[in-house]
Amino acid sequence: MCNDHAYTRRAFLQKGLTMISTAATVPYFIQSSAYGMTNPFDLLETSSIAGKPQDRILVVVQLGGGNDGLNTVIPFGDDNYYRARPQLGIQANNVLRFGGKADGLGLHPNLRGLKELHDEGLLATVQGVGYPNPNRSHFTSMDIWHTANPQQPSGNGWIGRYFDNTCNGTPEPNAEIAIGREAPKAMMGEINKPVSFETADLFRWIGEDLHKSMAKPYEEINRGGEELAGVKEGTQMEFLTRTALNAQIASDQIRNAVRIQPLVEYPRNQLGQQLQMVGSMIRAELPTRVYYVTISGFDTHAGQANTHANLMTQIGSAILAFQKDLKAQGNDGRVLTMTFSEFGRRVKQNASQGTDHGTAAPMFLAGPMVRPGVLGNHPSLTDLDQGDLKFTADFRCIYAAILESWLKADSRKVLKGAFKPAVIFNKQV
Amino acid sequence: MLTASLKPLKADAFGHWEANHLLRRAGFGGTPDQVRLLVEWGLDRSVDYLVNYREITTEAIKADDFRGDIMQPPSPEERLAYRNAQQSQDEVTLEKIRRLRQDRQRQDRQQVRALQQWWLKRMIETPRPLEEKMTLFLHGHFATGYRTIENSYHMFLQNQTFRKHAVGNFAELCFQIIRDPAMLAYLDNNESHKRLPNENLARELMELFTLGEGNGYTESDIKEGAKALTGYSFEGNEFLFREDFHDEGQKVIFGKRGTFNGDDFVRMILGKPQCSEFISLKLYRFFVNDLPGPIEGPTRAFVVNLAKEMRQNKYELAPVLETLFRSEHFYDEENVAAEIKSPVQLTVEAVRSLKTPIVDLNILVDALGLMGQDIFFPPSVKGWVGGRSWINTSTLFVRQNLLTHLLTGRLPSGFRGSSTRSQYDAMHLLSHLTKGGDGEYALDETVNFLLKSCLGANPLEPRRETLMAFAKDNGGRVNNELVIGMLCLITAMPEYQLC
Repeated sequence: MCNDHAYTRRAFLQKGLTMISTAATVPYFIQSSAYGMTNPFDLLETSSIAGKPQDRILVVVQLGGGNDGLNTVIPFGDDNYYRARPQLGIQANNVLRFGGKADGLGLHPNLRGLKELHDEGLLATVQGVGYPNPNRSHFTSMDIWHTANPQQPSGNGWIGRYFDNTCNGTPEPNAEIAIGREAPKAMMGEINKPVSFETADLFRWIGEDLHKSMAKPYEEINRGGEELAGVKEGTQMEFLTRTALNAQIASDQIRNAVRIQPLVEYPRNQLGQQLQMVGSMIRAELPTRVYYVTISGFDTHAGQANTHANLMTQIGSAILAFQKDLKAQGNDGRVLTMTFSEFGRRVKQNASQGTDHGTAAPMFLAGPMVRPGVLGNHPSLTDLDQGDLKFTADFRCIYAAILESWLKADSRKVLKGAFKPAVIFNKQV
Repeated sequence: MLTASLKPLKADAFGHWEANHLLRRAGFGGTPDQVRLLVEWGLDRSVDYLVNYREITTEAIKADDFRGDIMQPPSPEERLAYRNAQQSQDEVTLEKIRRLRQDRQRQDRQQVRALQQWWLKRMIETPRPLEEKMTLFLHGHFATGYRTIENSYHMFLQNQTFRKHAVGNFAELCFQIIRDPAMLAYLDNNESHKRLPNENLARELMELFTLGEGNGYTESDIKEGAKALTGYSFEGNEFLFREDFHDEGQKVIFGKRGTFNGDDFVRMILGKPQCSEFISLKLYRFFVNDLPGPIEGPTRAFVVNLAKEMRQNKYELAPVLETLFRSEHFYDEENVAAEIKSPVQLTVEAVRSLKTPIVDLNILVDALGLMGQDIFFPPSVKGWVGGRSWINTSTLFVRQNLLTHLLTGRLPSGFRGSSTRSQYDAMHLLSHLTKGGDGEYALDETVNFLLKSCLGANPLEPRRETLMAFAKDNGGRVNNELVIGMLCLITAMPEYQLC
């Protein structure tokens, strides 16, 4: 990928030299959208279900605070579950049952959205995901998931390393976007860093608000495309001028993108609004490969039932709306959505109608490319490690599968070790 | 043409751009008045003033400026009480102890926030800019992160050690760093025991702090060096050599056999020429040029010469820095305005050179984090990569918005706090310009002056036109409002990110 997806060999052959000759001065950001809009053939290609690797997108949904896996994917067929959770256990007749081979398991009653995706074969539920010697500190365990390094969870994140590995030297503009005030560690590479903003309206220069006469000179200064020709190639000045222009265009595109009414209605909750923004940016053909959204509030030590139920509603409704939006756009084939949390929670409920920090928990993967159904094995509720579940799948094997099969990258380089990719995709991917 | 030689710049070649360059690189820039003063002084006196700063009085730092007792380890009695409570499953007592610990951690997080503000303020106010600049260099070089060690006082002590040795002796600093509680905790040496030596410190000591990756050592040297470092630990806020942890046996390091300890190990590393070359290269990338790609040709030769100078001076940094800051190579047009400002450089330089009011240090510390340089929180033991990795489409907006904030009080995106009305008097910058007969400053002269004061090199031609058109659009009278408007635009120029 890197800059070559700005104009692929195929585009070169089709469009010939005229388009390419402008490529030297037009920033790559304009190019990819210009191609998309002017050439109907390209549009068809990018919206095809298979999705060329360079068009593929990963959307990460982080559930901050430690999501209670046992009340998300519920082992209602196991009496031990109700023994450990006399009050917090979800009544068997309320559980949204998977049925079939996953008999005795089902989703939280508020995850109707995910159940719908499951029934349509668009959801993979991976059970018991964790890592060896689990850490129960929010900070550390989150860092472990972000760096994919339980031994030394500092340094760069796995997504950042993926981008670093695919391009050298100059960072790729807008390849990764995080919705939120601060950029997640997962996306921090040595060279590549994510673009991050809380709302698209904040992703711009505030000097323009001072006086209406500021806008024009600012534009001249930061959109000086014509100057690029005069600035020596490879210099810092060229890099800065190009990034400044990219920033203006990204700001326009992103703000325009999110202003447009989406094709479907999203729930008016936090995750819904964030995924709506992501959906709009995908629809606007931004060159972004990885989007990252975060919701928190999963640290349910006390009075868990209502808080958790509301969060489940949010996840189910938002991810369903997002999938519908992608389908309506014709982009569903090229967008994989993944959820994770830093850990699950203790099997036994505590004395305050809550649960304490635990270990393994399920992950959801959504999209037509996933191997649908309930994957892996549910951890035992009796063979525990200090009251916590023993993981049955290593999260790095999930990452490895996403890197190898979805993003077509060498997972050993990115994960700094060999992890057997989990079988989470359709054979055709 | 870039030259490999360390020969000094000709005295008469030291003009405005050279003084400006020196003040920015060896410090955090200065006001137009300060740049004029350096030009007046000439090259030698300017370099001497910046490097040999010890006679300039500065605000003293006392050991009790911060609390050293927040994160003290539990006393034997406390430990006993905890064990008893655990055995008897006394949930009430256990909860109380947990609360106490959480309370201390909270206090310590507040203190590290105060520490960030304190250092930033010091960088902004210091009359010894190179002292703080080198402290910043060393913080990135011997990178240690609060998030891992969770002890703000140890971070403070380490920061003081860097300041003490800022232009002192690098070898001496290396002996200090293997005694530094923050570093020992960060790289897990405090628990390293002869039965199972921890290799973390030995590895990074050579790979990142002295020799460079794979540069003159083997995996076996790391293992043996780790043995030599066993027992280098701390108790409370003090270094402690734990004799019972230390491996007194024979080690083979760099092919030599002996019962080496940590200090012997450091001494042997410092004896290798690779060390001075590695440190010279890091200084070069920090102070002279950090373009991506390998360093070769005359630049490589210059670094090798600088390393020779460092060996001749037995790792004394002051003479090496003097040579560097005087060299013709340093002022070559390839190197002027060729570095991307780090977030700290951008922030401190803006306040120092434009003399903008600081409304809220909190906002500035926040901004450093959003721009990717949270001081005391480097991303890893490698420190900050710097250069182009500072800049992407979102950090560029944060940078521009931070400057607008400093100039106008308006609050940039994503910040906690509230906007304030600016108290900024920008007219002081113009005090050396001559007013016309009408008692006002001439517009074109003002535009030229502002561009020259804010940028590191001659501006691109269209910039002048843009500013003139903007000024005329607003009546063309040079007043505080107009100057602030122009400064907002200049600081939003891509080239403003260069120093």
